[in-house]
Amino acid sequence: MPTVILGSALDVVEHCGVPRFLFTDFPLGNPCGKPFDTSMQEAIAVQGIDLFERAEQPGTTERTPFRWSDDESWRDRYMEIRPEDLAELGRRGEARRARRLREKAEGKTRGD
Amino acid sequence: MERTRAYYAAQGFPNPYVWAHFDEVPFAPLSKPLAESRLAIITTASLYDRTFADVREVASGPTDDPPQRLYGNDLEWDKKATHLDDVNSFFPLRCLEALVEAGRIGSITARFHCAPTEYSQRRTRTVDAPEILRRCREDGADAAMLVPL
Repeated sequence: MPTVILGSALDVVEHCGVPRFLFTDFPLGNPCGKPFDTSMQEAIAVQGIDLFERAEQPGTTERTPFRWSDDESWRDRYMEIRPEDLAELGRRGEARRARRLREKAEGKTRGD
Repeated sequence: MERTRAYYAAQGFPNPYVWAHFDEVPFAPLSKPLAESRLAIITTASLYDRTFADVREVASGPTDDPPQRLYGNDLEWDKKATHLDDVNSFFPLRCLEALVEAGRIGSITARFHCAPTEYSQRRTRTVDAPEILRRCREDGADAAMLVPL
């Protein structure tokens, strides 16, 4: 079935390899445009639809022309690890591992 | 990808995450003009506000009575930079309906689909993706737009 992906994780999607990818260089979470920016959302949908016709081979990536902000500091804050975060990250990891063990014990885990 | 690896390492996970990779990527051309094609929408968001403990399953919702909200609080996206308060910022149904009105697309399938994430690639490949494809075909989809958070 012909597919097109709208997304923001360029390295992950291209590493995977997909037929058609419309890339918007935004923080992960809004692959269809900025919240409440109707005209941007429409433009991205149109470009995504057009890619069904324009792409001629697998691995076709196009970029949308939009920037998240003039200030690019969001890139540095994403998954930022500050020294004061380490204890909380450790606790979060412990919680996730405990949940997985609990799910496994309850037969809910669907992993390999 | 480097940031994600470091982030999980800081949480004490010993093995770096291995992302899916395919040396050969399939490519299906449109079988008919877009103006005659029926389009399916697939999101990684969920129909309800899941907790981290909830088991994730393939789910579907109606496109003629679309949800005012979809959820992703249990998924990894950039919660410092943005939010999911506007469903149209990650789920393009409203924009695609306008393109149907304009005659650019034939129609949209009666259902959209929620693809579960964050577990084994084997499960995605052998169970969830085939199930979503089955539902798309059942709905008469000619093409699909995938919108991962």
